[in-house]
Amino acid sequence: MIDASGVSVELGGTDVLRDVSFSVRRGEWVSLIGPNGAGKTTALRALCGLVPYRGEIAIDGHDARELGRRALARRTALVPQLPERPPELTVAEYVLLGRTPHLGYFAAEGPADRDAAARAIERLELERFVQRLLGSLSGGELQRAVLARAIAQQAPILLLDEPTSALDLGRQQQALDLVDSLRTDGLTILSAMHDLTLAGQYADRLVLLDEGAVVVDGPPRDVLTRENLAAYYHASVRVVEADGEVYVVPRRSH
Amino acid sequence: MAAVGTAEGVVRARGIPRPWRFLAGAFLIASLLVGLGVGPLHIGVGGIVESALSHVPFLHLNSPLDRIESAVLWQIRAPRVVLAALVGGMLAIAGASYQGVFRNPLADPYLLGVAGGAGLGATLAIAYTSSSQLVPPAAFVGAAAAVALTYAIGRSAGRARASVALVLAGVVVATFTAAVQTFVQQQNSQKLAGIYSWLLGGFATAGWHDVAVCVPYIAVSTIVLLLHRRVLDALSVGDEEAASLGVDVARVRVIVVVAATIGTAAAVSVSGLIAFVGIIVPHTIRLLVSTSYRAVIPLSLVVGAGFLTLADVLARTALSPQELPIGVVTAFFGAPFFAFVLARSR
Repeated sequence: MIDASGVSVELGGTDVLRDVSFSVRRGEWVSLIGPNGAGKTTALRALCGLVPYRGEIAIDGHDARELGRRALARRTALVPQLPERPPELTVAEYVLLGRTPHLGYFAAEGPADRDAAARAIERLELERFVQRLLGSLSGGELQRAVLARAIAQQAPILLLDEPTSALDLGRQQQALDLVDSLRTDGLTILSAMHDLTLAGQYADRLVLLDEGAVVVDGPPRDVLTRENLAAYYHASVRVVEADGEVYVVPRRSH
Repeated sequence: MAAVGTAEGVVRARGIPRPWRFLAGAFLIASLLVGLGVGPLHIGVGGIVESALSHVPFLHLNSPLDRIESAVLWQIRAPRVVLAALVGGMLAIAGASYQGVFRNPLADPYLLGVAGGAGLGATLAIAYTSSSQLVPPAAFVGAAAAVALTYAIGRSAGRARASVALVLAGVVVATFTAAVQTFVQQQNSQKLAGIYSWLLGGFATAGWHDVAVCVPYIAVSTIVLLLHRRVLDALSVGDEEAASLGVDVARVRVIVVVAATIGTAAAVSVSGLIAFVGIIVPHTIRLLVSTSYRAVIPLSLVVGAGFLTLADVLARTALSPQELPIGVVTAFFGAPFFAFVLARSR
């Protein structure tokens, strides 16, 4: 469970987030949307303690500042938009890195850690790739390895920054279906997404950010309106509702 | 759940593959024996081993060596071999650690100004005092002060570009100390030979006293660095992601740099500046064995020790009775060997 209230972030003299408040309930999937530079990534980084902020962030009722880096990493797992993927690590070694917040400073992984990593690898059907080097994997396989590392972290909250940005249409759906299936394990998910149709189809709720502030927060059909998208994205779109789903279709304005 | 069992069996970090453990250990032992046995007075392996065992209490073995052989072995060669092994292992493990903590393959133990500071300290001691005893402590202090200055300058650049700022600050300090060092050296041209010979590095005057001086620092430093091998692997995903995994990156960097600096400064203070070991040994291990720091860190220590011991044997025998600067040997044999490994690796 995430509770952000009055969160502001200043980076290099610019206010990147201004007085942002939102919450994510246990088991919910909330997606941050908004135009480029709206502050989506910064909000995710603030939640896992990577940027200093003013205001309050509570993770499962604990003040995130007081949790400290390791305890916070046991509660939130971040999947960055462009993760570093050291080409010479094996998939097993990479997924085991997810165990870092559970290990003492000088300790090595024990059987429980290997077991957690093995489960994550199985969950993402990577058994065949365990001994392969990251550098030899395809884009889709890498994406699964990154997710496996986050799952091995066994944090109840998964933060996903643009999980589909580098994937083709089919793989976008597969990746999001996969994330959705993880919710059956009780995971809470907060994602930042560009594709509004996909965001609306998978998330329970959307939080629209613009210039660092929350401008709309609600269920997809209330947020993805032609008026909102014109006002904040300066986009000309057609919003189609069919079979209970919302589809955002760009249209040429002239 | 048979699948979990199979996956769990193979989900582990590679560490050091068994054959490489054996090979690295054998290489070090062979190097030490060559170092002890080879010289104007040849001493066989059997003689070395029996003479060593004769020093063990309660075994009651007699050394097969005569008085002179024994003195050459234990008072001249042994301290020199031990010192070369200590310095080689230290420079290699420090180089590997710097490369990990800065994620920069070209980082070497001298990256943050250790060499320039030590060179300046040693030059001042040689130029303005007549006691050669003062050279190692002066070099040590110079090295430590240079890295402290690098940190102070690097920190003022702010956290966001911490690692790059630190490396650039190291360039600043190295350049400045080199300028002052050259100035002092030119002002004292009558001492040029002594300064030059220290800068080139070597073990010609090594004794047990030098070993005793540097052992405590090198021991503490290597233990700290060995304990960081898993954390260095975690840093391979970059500062930001490592932080999101709960690693306090800035703290790790300070601890590793301080440990590596203390060990390197101690090594440099008794050996002078020996280039190349800190780059070539860790990279050879990466190319041949694994890029994981769980392999690179411990193997660098062992292989670096053997490598510099062998290099020192060549330095003292190639033009005997003249001594070659050891840096000439490490570069002359190290560079082609490294080129060979590099070419074979792809």
